[in-house]
Amino acid sequence: MKQPFARLGLIFVLSSGLLASMSAGAEENIATLRNGPISEEADPPRISRTNDSNERRTRNYPMQPPMIPHKIDGYQVDMNANQCMACHSRRNVQESRAAMVSVTHYMDRDGNFLASISPRRYFCQQCHVTQTDAQPLVANDFVDIDDLLSETPAATH
Amino acid sequence: MSSPSKYFSIGFLSLGGFIMGILFWGAFNTAMEFTNTEPFCISCHEPIYQELQSTIHFTNRSGVRAICSSCHVPHDWTDKIARKMQASKEVFAWVVGTINTPEKFEANRRRLAEHEWARLKANDSLECRNCHEFEYMDFTWQSQRAVDQHSTALADGEKTCIDCHKGIAHRLPNMSGVEGF
Repeated sequence: MKQPFARLGLIFVLSSGLLASMSAGAEENIATLRNGPISEEADPPRISRTNDSNERRTRNYPMQPPMIPHKIDGYQVDMNANQCMACHSRRNVQESRAAMVSVTHYMDRDGNFLASISPRRYFCQQCHVTQTDAQPLVANDFVDIDDLLSETPAATH
Repeated sequence: MSSPSKYFSIGFLSLGGFIMGILFWGAFNTAMEFTNTEPFCISCHEPIYQELQSTIHFTNRSGVRAICSSCHVPHDWTDKIARKMQASKEVFAWVVGTINTPEKFEANRRRLAEHEWARLKANDSLECRNCHEFEYMDFTWQSQRAVDQHSTALADGEKTCIDCHKGIAHRLPNMSGVEGF
């Protein structure tokens, strides 16, 4: 009758040791993500600067939504106003010299053209984003399609 | 009032009048200045003060900031008195509670904003220019977008600050039909 309890005790000791080692491992992993042990307040990274050069960037692929080459701090895009469209709408581009949003943005989902920007395209930052000078946390091995096509077959055989 | 004073000397009266004048003027001006302070404005306009707090006119790298009266009350004395007299109507609105709930305020936001746009349009954005003087703008330190607008439309007087910089310190009202939106 005593043996089952002994086994249970052994299992408990082993499993608690295993749990302890697992939690230690988890702590190490978290530490690499947050630059310090979880019990300490880590120094936050500096806020990176938004690119404000106003120079259009090359799209990485044809369907990429163009990136925003300027600061948009405090721009109001809600039920009352869309401050992006104060420059980028059809009627305002001549004065603002900004790029007009694509005509697709004036279409509803059935392909009908509307007088103003389509509600489904209203929230600009769902697709269009600013760029900062932050360094990528993870390396990116994306290759532009033109570069891929121009590579010689000998290099890839 | 038609006969000279029987009991007080001319010296006492003129000196007394002078001292009382200083006291009354001082009290008047102090009371007037009090109505220009932030706590006085916030006692009614608390919600819009909260909107200001996330903008660059409240918090920024150099710590220079605008208070309500910096933009909403003329700095020049005569214009300030005129504005303060106008504000007596706003005291009436406060008494009857025209915008005493967030819902009422939202319903009136466009009308109130239009008053301020019209005022700044009429005085060529004077309250902006009290700090942001065009003469001293260095275009070489502005972004290309800012240079494009400031060196053309603003420089030749075709536009004034408020034409483009609406909603710079508060949330915008419903902008449908407003020029440029």
